[in-house]
Amino acid sequence: MTEMTEITFTLNGETVRRSVPVRKNLVDFLRQDMGLTGSHVGCEHGVCGACTLLVDRRAVRGCLMLAAQIDGLSVQTVEGLAQDEAVNDLLEAFVARNALQCGFCTPGMLATAVELLRNPRPMSRAEIREQISGNYCRCTGYEAIVDAIGTVLDTRLANMQADGEVA
Amino acid sequence: MKAPRFQYLRPDSVEEAVAMLAAHGDAAQILAGGQSLMPMLNMRVASPDVVIDINRLQALAGIAFVDGWCTVGALTRYADIMADGRIAQHLPLLAMALPYVAHSAIRNRGTIGGSLALADPAAEMPACALALGAEIELASQAGRRRVLAQDFFLGLYETARQAEEMLIAIHYPIVGPVQCGFYEIARRHGDFALAGAAVVRRPAPAGGLPEYRIAAFGLLDRPILATRTAEICANVQTAERMNDVLSAFEADICAAGDIQGDARTRLIWARTALQRALEQLAPSPL
Ligand SMILES: Cc1cc2nc3c(=O)[nH]c(=O)nc-3n(C[C@H](O)[C@H](O)[C@H](O)COP(=O)(O)OP(=O)(O)OC[C@H]3O[C@@H](n4cnc5c(N)ncnc54)[C@H](O)[C@@H]3O)c2cc1C
Ligand code: FES
Ligand code: FES
Repeated sequence: MTEMTEITFTLNGETVRRSVPVRKNLVDFLRQDMGLTGSHVGCEHGVCGACTLLVDRRAVRGCLMLAAQIDGLSVQTVEGLAQDEAVNDLLEAFVARNALQCGFCTPGMLATAVELLRNPRPMSRAEIREQISGNYCRCTGYEAIVDAIGTVLDTRLANMQADGEVA
Repeated sequence: MKAPRFQYLRPDSVEEAVAMLAAHGDAAQILAGGQSLMPMLNMRVASPDVVIDINRLQALAGIAFVDGWCTVGALTRYADIMADGRIAQHLPLLAMALPYVAHSAIRNRGTIGGSLALADPAAEMPACALALGAEIELASQAGRRRVLAQDFFLGLYETARQAEEMLIAIHYPIVGPVQCGFYEIARRHGDFALAGAAVVRRPAPAGGLPEYRIAAFGLLDRPILATRTAEICANVQTAERMNDVLSAFEADICAAGDIQGDARTRLIWARTALQRALEQLAPSPL
């Protein structure tokens, strides 16, 4: 019989307690047990980035963590990002710049972008592309995604400058 | 695919962890960052009876500079090493190499101890450990020992670590000002290297020669120190001699083992990687 373990963690701001099979990975647990199907599953070995989400505010692969490992930690999925004022500009820029077509890569792409934009510093398009190189998109050709992230980056940098946070 | 069944253990101390390893030996696998073990479980390349999750051992995470050594705990994540300004200052080779390791989401979880324990022949951190003359600290119930990086990597995914031992820390000697170069050839950014070179040069003391340590990786079943190449680098003073250096590099690699894949092509990649790494050394390549 598959061994089970108890976990208590924060999911998109709410405390959750569940019993999980120890061999179940995080993204399967979120999709199957928590009903949060926003995070996608592609390769299941860390390559495609579709399952990327935020654990303790860092972008990680949901397919490369066990659900058992999030005991005591905090998880934010795309469902949580949708309610998060702080990243509204990013979500709007993705729509405005056509940074998604089928949307399969989008939840993972957003998690990567959220972390990338948290401490904004000037970045070239090439650097942005390199930063998202762990997330595959089969539709957009990436240009529109770089447009969206670049737009948000520029705005955030300009706001910081206006607030006197940047010399 | 999905991971097979296993028993999940989560020690709260190193003592507990090594006791678990002693009890289960080969049947157990340590889970550190999981960025290699989880894919192996998901693809069922690995099917350990027991998984020992060491992520609660916070004593194994962190970077300390003491008495001429930089000690990096085995559970220190790549992202945290990259974010530490002292690393860029004192171990610039690591700062140069880390951006080549996978992608940010992998670097947020993956640990330096996991990389050395796994000993992938194309991985960056084992090659850097060789070039920097690092020592790897292992612990078991019998006690602790330190192994020189050049005695640690024995073959394909094979190291001097015994089944009942765990990796505790990597100790890098801080030898004063050094110049470093790092270059690898890979199909895409973040992929494992097809060929790579890591170079450390200590400037010449008055009246002496500079000292070089050069590691090659991605070519054989393990990373190697190119000792003959290093000697020639120290002795030739002009860039026109680059060809001698690159020929010595080929010889060092061929002497150490059989090249994986198309040898001719890979040697050309290796020469290119070394040349580009040497070109990064300021003020002159040699
Ligand atoms: C898409 C992708 C791309 C990647 N690209 C690269 C790359 O370009 N370069 C590169 O170097 N790596 C790359 N990796 C691998 C990554 O760097 C891994 O993080 C690393 O190889 C293993 O570290 P870990 O902490 O994740 O170890 P784990 O996956 O947890 O463990 C790996 C192995 O080491 C053992 N182990 C771990 N810690 C210890 C310890 N303290 N003591 C004893 N044994 C231990 C485990 O039992 C296991 O056998 C990539 C991974 C992915 C998914
Ligand atoms: S499903 Fe996790 S990276 Fe592809
Ligand atoms: S929008 Fe379809 S994969 Fe990116």
